[in-house]
Amino acid sequence: MKMLAKLAVGTALGLALLSGAASAQTVKIGLVAKSLGNGFFEAANKGAQEAAKELGGVEVIYTGPTSTTAEGQIEVINALIAQRVDAIAISANDPDAVVPALKRAAQRGIKVISWDSAVGKDGRIVHLNPSSNELIGNMCLKLAASHLPDGKGDFAILSATSTSTNQNTWIAEMKKLLPKYPGLNLVTTVYGDDLADKSYREAQGLLKSHPNVKVIVAPTTVGVLAASQVVKDAGKIGQVYVTGLGLPSEMAGAVHSGATKEFAIWNPIDLGYSATQIAYRLVKKETEGKPGSEINAGRMGKIKIGDNGEAAMADPFVYDKKNVDEFAKIF
Amino acid sequence: MSRLLKHRELLLVAIIVALVAAFAYRAPGFASPESLANIFNDTSILIILALGQMAVVLTRSIDLSVAANLSFTGMAIAMINAAFPEIPLAILIAAALGIGAMLGAINGLLVWKVNIPPIVVTLGTLTIYRGMAFVLSGGTWVNQNQMTPDFLNAPRLPVLGLPLLSWTAILVVVVMVVLFTRTVFGRALYASGGNPTAALYAGIDVGRTRFFAFVLSGALAGLCGYLWVSRYAVAYVDIAVGFELDTVAACVIGGISTLGGIGTIAGAVLGSLFLGVIKNALPVIDISPFWQMAISGLVIIIAVTFNARQERRKGRMILRDAAKSRARPSELAEGAAA
Repeated sequence: MKMLAKLAVGTALGLALLSGAASAQTVKIGLVAKSLGNGFFEAANKGAQEAAKELGGVEVIYTGPTSTTAEGQIEVINALIAQRVDAIAISANDPDAVVPALKRAAQRGIKVISWDSAVGKDGRIVHLNPSSNELIGNMCLKLAASHLPDGKGDFAILSATSTSTNQNTWIAEMKKLLPKYPGLNLVTTVYGDDLADKSYREAQGLLKSHPNVKVIVAPTTVGVLAASQVVKDAGKIGQVYVTGLGLPSEMAGAVHSGATKEFAIWNPIDLGYSATQIAYRLVKKETEGKPGSEINAGRMGKIKIGDNGEAAMADPFVYDKKNVDEFAKIF
Repeated sequence: MSRLLKHRELLLVAIIVALVAAFAYRAPGFASPESLANIFNDTSILIILALGQMAVVLTRSIDLSVAANLSFTGMAIAMINAAFPEIPLAILIAAALGIGAMLGAINGLLVWKVNIPPIVVTLGTLTIYRGMAFVLSGGTWVNQNQMTPDFLNAPRLPVLGLPLLSWTAILVVVVMVVLFTRTVFGRALYASGGNPTAALYAGIDVGRTRFFAFVLSGALAGLCGYLWVSRYAVAYVDIAVGFELDTVAACVIGGISTLGGIGTIAGAVLGSLFLGVIKNALPVIDISPFWQMAISGLVIIIAVTFNARQERRKGRMILRDAAKSRARPSELAEGAAA
């Protein structure tokens, strides 16, 4: 008797799910942020809504916990499962803790992808990175070249600590890609330890001991800010430029002072846009998101899925005097 | 005794001059007046903090919370400036001194009234103050474009060839010289550290003196909070992490005895300048960054060795007693092993 009852309930549930999927005209995509009220994710939502409008028949449910906890995200995921969304795109607070909940979602036919902050391989089909190490290294060189006359001249790198993994990876990529930029000459790499005072002194030292250096590339926000301040304090605006990776809100001042012409960081709007595009293509079965395949992501072009289902969206986005204020309000 | 002290400061001056000469040999232009003025300006904040630290160390205490105090006050002042740009700078600086003094007073009260060892109190408040800076800001940064130009530019204003930041340090040094050598409070600092029992019989309230030393150190740290934030044009929770150790190092190098009661303003200033010269030299002498830390540590130890020699009489007695009591159990252990 009990068995029968269970079976009946199960069938009814299955039927309900099936009919739910069949009758769904619009594709519902749950966009899960690390936490609500964070400008970065609000901006990603803006991009997601843009993608939804462009694709048509897509409803993006933007949600997330109020604080950046994995528990909060699990509740949100469960709520999305109950709402019978077709896809979940999540920026995870913990790569492992949310996996069981996401697996439950996948069992119910929901396509799960992660973006920005990855989920463990078992919990999702695809992970969308904002960029790749190679693209970041290339962008740093491109920025250095664009600050130099004819792209030729000396530049130096101001990094964080000499043991920082991501910094060293990016610097290694830059060195590897350097032959692609003839005339661009890396003079030295110095380390500011991500401390404002040490970065300031290192940048000051660079100007003193390498007067030929015309561009300082700092792939870290503390470094890029400190170097901009040094250039400003030394009255070398227009002679020496600073560029690198930083957030628009932090960099706006340096851009307006003229110490920095342009800098780069991933664009959260594009990230939300691409995540929605990928989720949509998966729901529509246009792709399975297998490693090695390519997914059409609208205006962002085709995004290639690499090993472990990880994809890199695009070059970091370049910010300059024209757009920095607009983005400074966001993040 | 005073001749000996004079001698020690002269020795430190000689070491600094030798260092500058050596660095200038490797990096031409390092000893140029402009470069030296830059170094002094860069060291100004350390000098101010070291003088606050000195007041505390003189009373046989230590203030490890100065950098956290700086971070909290800097963040608070930057946030006030960002939210109410119409508030004049003078009031903000007064507020920085006030907030800093308040945080220092918390340290002082815990040491004076609750009788907790200063190192424990300030080790605790070190994390509390930085944590409070985090709570206050929610982890966000206050950026250059949120602060007013006045707020950012004041320490950079050149007056008679030196930026206002340098003049602030000079002013603080002058005030401290008067305070330490010409006031009852200043003499009480030396007395209560040199011999607390004797000080008590002389009518000095040692606890109260310590309390005010902490307040002074806190107020100066608060002032540095403003100076730091405007110098680097950004406020975030992690500013000046580990800087408290630099202030202690400056005192120790300058010959301020950690046992209390001994030390001069000139010593603390020279100790700070010594560190400042090294910090500014390392980036320009073109040495691998992997070697830099090792070199700066080595030079500091050499400098402190001179300091230890000066205190030989006092230090040795304590060390001998400690060595004696420690030697016995280890001898036993060796015997057992054999």
